[in-house]
Amino acid sequence: MEMVKNSAGRSVVTDINGSAAVPFQGVGKYRPAGRKYAPPVASCADYPSDGDKRAGSIREALEKCGLRDGMTISTHHHFRNGDLVADMVFAAAKEMGVRDLVWFPSASFPCHEHFTDYMKEGIIHHIEGSMNGPLGKFASEGGMKGMGVLRSHGGRYQAVQDGEVHIDIAVIGAPSSDPFGNANGLEGPSACGLLGFALADSQYADRVIVVTDNMVDFPCVPWQIQGNYVDVTVEVDKIGVPERIISGTTEITRSPDRLLLAELTARFCDAAGLIRDGFSFQTGAGGTSLAVSDYFGKIMRERGVKARFARGGSNKYLVSMLEEGLVDYILDGQTFDLDGVKSMARNPGHVWTSPFTSYNYHGKGNFAGMVDIVILGATEVDVSFNANVVTHSDGYLLHGIGGWQNCLFSKTVILPLPLFRDRIPVIIDSVTTLCGPGELIDVIVTERGIAINPLRKDLLEAVKGSGLPIKRIEELKMEAEQICGRPAAAELDEKVIAAIKWVDGTVLDVVRKVRTGNKS
Amino acid sequence: MKEAVTVKGNTGAGVRSDCEIRLQLFSSGGLSINLNSKVASMYGDTIRSLCHHIFQFYGIENATVEIEDSGALDFVIAARMEAAIRAATGSSKEYLPEMIMENLGKSSRDRFRFSRLYLPGNTPAMMLNAGLHAPDGIILDLEDSVAVTRKQEARLVVRNALRQVRFYGAERMVRINQGDMGLQDLDYVVPHNVHLILVPKCESPDYLIDVEKRIEKIKSDSGLVNEVYMMPIIESARGVEMAYEIATATRSVVAMAIGLEDYTADLGVPRTSGGDESFYARLRIVNASKAAGIQPIDSVFSDVADMEGLRENVLRSKSLGFEGMGCIHPRQIPVIKKAFAPDIAEIEKAKRIVLAFREAEVKGLGVVSLGSKMIDPPVVNRALRVIDLAGKMGLIEAGWDIESDSIHPEK
Repeated sequence: MEMVKNSAGRSVVTDINGSAAVPFQGVGKYRPAGRKYAPPVASCADYPSDGDKRAGSIREALEKCGLRDGMTISTHHHFRNGDLVADMVFAAAKEMGVRDLVWFPSASFPCHEHFTDYMKEGIIHHIEGSMNGPLGKFASEGGMKGMGVLRSHGGRYQAVQDGEVHIDIAVIGAPSSDPFGNANGLEGPSACGLLGFALADSQYADRVIVVTDNMVDFPCVPWQIQGNYVDVTVEVDKIGVPERIISGTTEITRSPDRLLLAELTARFCDAAGLIRDGFSFQTGAGGTSLAVSDYFGKIMRERGVKARFARGGSNKYLVSMLEEGLVDYILDGQTFDLDGVKSMARNPGHVWTSPFTSYNYHGKGNFAGMVDIVILGATEVDVSFNANVVTHSDGYLLHGIGGWQNCLFSKTVILPLPLFRDRIPVIIDSVTTLCGPGELIDVIVTERGIAINPLRKDLLEAVKGSGLPIKRIEELKMEAEQICGRPAAAELDEKVIAAIKWVDGTVLDVVRKVRTGNKS
Repeated sequence: MKEAVTVKGNTGAGVRSDCEIRLQLFSSGGLSINLNSKVASMYGDTIRSLCHHIFQFYGIENATVEIEDSGALDFVIAARMEAAIRAATGSSKEYLPEMIMENLGKSSRDRFRFSRLYLPGNTPAMMLNAGLHAPDGIILDLEDSVAVTRKQEARLVVRNALRQVRFYGAERMVRINQGDMGLQDLDYVVPHNVHLILVPKCESPDYLIDVEKRIEKIKSDSGLVNEVYMMPIIESARGVEMAYEIATATRSVVAMAIGLEDYTADLGVPRTSGGDESFYARLRIVNASKAAGIQPIDSVFSDVADMEGLRENVLRSKSLGFEGMGCIHPRQIPVIKKAFAPDIAEIEKAKRIVLAFREAEVKGLGVVSLGSKMIDPPVVNRALRVIDLAGKMGLIEAGWDIESDSIHPEK
């Protein structure tokens, strides 16, 4: 396999599953040429004049859309760990005897663990999307026939828009739909808030199927997905498991160590003067991130300042900040709990967004760049502030990229991370997998000190005399090694099992097969 | 021949930064180390070479060890290995990890003991970050939080922790067991720069004298000169009645604490949040401590979720004269410290009194007055103490009294 060194110094593939791939050229360096991809022109003559596009079953819908070997099928993760749609699709494909499909999910969850069987049976050839837990392990150990491709949420939109990924059939699970295909995530037993992850698929896929367990009479409003893009609609008993649609990570952490980390992060933002009237922020849905928002709230109340908007996933904590008037708007990309769903349905300040508005790098700007403070996670960071979110230090692929890469374009990017996790140091010499270039990562907050990227002289200056434990990143790395010992680098195979795309579609890094069987 | 398996340490769901050792000794066959660890790719070689070194130290040439590891640091693995080997061979040799430089610091009699965090002695995961929460003291507990069957293992973990874990400035404390077991505990901690020994369920000065004798013996055997302080904990009606004798048992006693769970059990009454049932005992402890010139320390507040309740409790404690409280959760620390610290109004008043006092001194006046009010000497002394405390806690800047009219209201 031909490998070239990209501008980040990483050896990457130039061919992914038979298509040429462009190596990463630097942040903002690669310019796409040409025009966007376009789906085939459709005609109303081919669709029922009464607007009723219902098929009797998923299988019938797939047959109508011409499912055959080797096609690319997309599904979405707005039902998170409660998703039943993707399985229904591949179970039907299996029944039909179709093989070598490419699964193009917006993310996968533990509920998709058994998709390893679809891969072993040859029904799925490979996955282009996040591979978590057992799927990541399967891929890492070389179980997948094709090469995996990991993209950010914005990168997924970009890849579809640019024609880098051609979706043959998109299957969109919708908590509410009418027979025409107008759909939203606001009502119904599987209500999940919004359907933004499916937007690109509805616009660009050759064929679009909407699956619902809550078919309503035309019109289904508001239409987050427009029926005019939809080929077939299907009503089934159940598309999601409500208690698993609600994410398990939407509680503020109770861990004293994580609370300390969150508090230190908030104190840093305050000391740096970032929490000011009209500012904006995005924190994730993890326990530590939620605690950061909570501390932000306290500081805002004390200072009497308000945020103009909060971006990112919503949950009860963010909703209560909106209702209290601490933030004017929630620009929601993913709704994590029922409080979020209800708020979005009734509060005009709670707005749904999509990877197009928030994250797409091949657009005329996006929202992520306008955010003042973003709080992100990582599995590893290196002394050049490069970060990894997809593999662990032993080389196993265990997480997706999500919106992480896209958020790196925010004005101040802060990663609160424990200095080590069960002996595994987080700050190391060189990241196992490069997912984010260090030039975009500004601050690493650990429980043992805060490292500021030397490029951010303004931040270094702003927190002088604040009493915060500011250290050089090398010092933090050394401190971890004094406690944990110096880790040996994971020994990995030459074989590449997945490519990591940058937000512009270029190849930032690759994930290699792990060596198994020499563990003792 | 089937050889017995010696099992030490912890494994299973929820166990982190620890390991379980299963050791079998043989008469032939060499050494075999089977490591199952999620950090194997990074630290597998380090762990195996540590185990070889320990076997060599104990002169063991034929053994099989299975290590179920959840990210234990070397000092934990060493403690677990030592526990297993000593149990299997009867050896009493100590395999000591290196003492890190920053653990050689000293304590002092009158340092603050507002908050001291209890950590179970056989749970190493909690020890690594405890100091980062900035308690005044960290208590590695060998008593109630350690199961009877795990006492020996815990001694080794605590000993190694005293050598290897960073305390980030917290006073290094160990709570020993009662009776003979407590005296034996001292052998494992006194040589490793422990600052203070908590003596539980104390009812007489005699036991404290025994503890002190044993400490002195260990110190002279190992050529140590550092001071080891004591904090008896009063946990019974009898102990309360003996409070003053206990407080004055030896000069090493620097503080005296009350443990209300056991005390109320001894009285045969439930512990209430108002604490009427222990009012006498608490006052007695405070008075005896003050008479003896040591710090009275209040019992722990056991509802770790109720921070407002904790704050009220600390303010009540402080008003009775207590100078500290135990913590069972790191999040209690800032609440306790803040509540024990003098508040802004208290500091401002003390500043005015201290300045008036100095002015009177300079002018050679016999009485201190503030406006039209005369200030008595005890009030001046209390103000001086508040200023001293505020200075040590970083609540006032050095030199606040030089330009007295430039108080920084924005700070």
